[in-house]
Amino acid sequence: MKWALVDGWTITRRELIHWVREPGSVLFGVAFTVLIALIFGYLLGGAMNVPGGGDYKAFLMPGMFAMNMLFGIGSTMTAIADDISKGVTDRFRSIPMSPSAVLLGRSIADMIDSVMLLTVLMLCGLAMGWQSNGSAGDTVLAIALLLLLRFAFIWIGIFCGLMAGNQAMVTAMQTMEFPVGFLSSAFIPPSTMPSWLGTIAEWNPLSSTVTAIRDLFGNPGIAADSWITQNAVLMALVWPLVLLAIFFPLAVRRYRRLSR
Amino acid sequence: MAERLAVVAEGLRKRYGDHYALNGFDLAVPEGTVCGLLGPNGAGKTTAVRILATLLQLTDGRAEVAGLDVATRPLAVKRKIGLVGQHAAVDEILSGRQNLELFGRLFHLGARQARRRADELLDQFGLTDAADRPAKTYSGGMRRRLDIAAGMILAPQVLFLDEPTTGLDPRSRSEVWQAVRDMVAAGTSVLLTTQYLDEADQLADRISVINHGVVIAEGTPDQLKSKLGGDRIDVVLHATADLPRAAELTGKAAGAIAEVDQDTRRISVQVTDRVTALVDVAQTLKAARIDVEDIALRRPTLDEVFLSLTEKEAAA
Repeated sequence: MKWALVDGWTITRRELIHWVREPGSVLFGVAFTVLIALIFGYLLGGAMNVPGGGDYKAFLMPGMFAMNMLFGIGSTMTAIADDISKGVTDRFRSIPMSPSAVLLGRSIADMIDSVMLLTVLMLCGLAMGWQSNGSAGDTVLAIALLLLLRFAFIWIGIFCGLMAGNQAMVTAMQTMEFPVGFLSSAFIPPSTMPSWLGTIAEWNPLSSTVTAIRDLFGNPGIAADSWITQNAVLMALVWPLVLLAIFFPLAVRRYRRLSR
Repeated sequence: MAERLAVVAEGLRKRYGDHYALNGFDLAVPEGTVCGLLGPNGAGKTTAVRILATLLQLTDGRAEVAGLDVATRPLAVKRKIGLVGQHAAVDEILSGRQNLELFGRLFHLGARQARRRADELLDQFGLTDAADRPAKTYSGGMRRRLDIAAGMILAPQVLFLDEPTTGLDPRSRSEVWQAVRDMVAAGTSVLLTTQYLDEADQLADRISVINHGVVIAEGTPDQLKSKLGGDRIDVVLHATADLPRAAELTGKAAGAIAEVDQDTRRISVQVTDRVTALVDVAQTLKAARIDVEDIALRRPTLDEVFLSLTEKEAAA
């Protein structure tokens, strides 16, 4: 157990050294995120109407925050698949280190990454006129719910990265992020969609987190006329835990099966 | 006293679906020696190494590395081995020194110890000047040496090298070969897989030839080569019309039946006493006034080794 943490931290530190040695790729990721926020806020935002009234940019930012938790799956998959295809994973597995440290270290590194990205994105949101009108407690809870969602997504990313095993496959799987992201209440109120599609969007785990944090931040949100939307804060807790209960064991099992 | 064995494999099998990647694989590598595992792609070389290095579970059979059973004591085995796989498995963004320190920490060396070991290895593998550059700026040979250095952190008793020079230019190859020789001189036992006969010839004390997951021939490089009928002389003629007569003369001079390839105007014959046969063939052809474009004495290629061995296997 002690070595799982020590070795896990060594693996995490490797990622931190990456950021120090190649800040370019981190900055590019941040710039891309900010750019998307600006495109939605200023280019597309003009044509958007928030059903209950309110500023679209204030409606948008919680959606952007959650969307970035989703995009994190891509970077997790890439890192895992890269290590496999370059033989680094095999080297880790031939070393008498804690076997659980490889995935543990990855998940810690990606959590740190997410905290940084979220910080930048929130500052960007503040500059665009978004703010949290909720209490300090609610604001902290909203951020915690976002990071919980990211933690669940990390394990989806680890599992999918292990399944993919190479970058070409990861890129193919990564294209799924967009439909999953857009088929939610992150950018568009589901009430404006065809009703069956709107229902799917409302039940998207991403939507529960988005709706919950809009509520907690006191930002304009969507009409709470369905059970799933009325219980968004509860579901923002339940969904990530369900995803974790599925994908954490799958990822661990898949990693162990590398020796089959 | 019986010699101690660094690696033993007895009747190893590895099944994937209804296909056996290893099908009764036997191997014995005495301590302090280099064993070359020679075979074409898909013969089972990598599977064997991965099982011995505890990365893969075996289906059947028994294997010991440094006297430890790989199936029941994988963690103890990991402490005694170094693995250098087919890819240069180093972090490309980290510098050479950071790579070695990272892997040193994962071998549970303390921070200071890991730093000292990294310095020693950088020096030993001639990477001190490039120590602080990212590994992705290294040449193929440098990257491979860094890779081997990372496998040597605990000064392992047994080092597995899986096709260490595939894809390297000749200069990088000889750099890697020298690094391997130095480690063997320092007492490490090495199991090396390769597709190249000359590489096994250069480095290995004994060679096992593997095909379809089974060792089909074993011996010192010289034993194997003489078993295969030794070296060959190739003669290329200027005119196709001369081929039949030249083939007969060449065969007589070399004391074996010559093979003829019409398209390349090439005559090829096995020889046992290398230089004498070369001189005899050259003089005979000159005396017969046959116009020769090229004449060469060469080692059998791996293709010929395999054809010869698998023919014997099929005939038996």
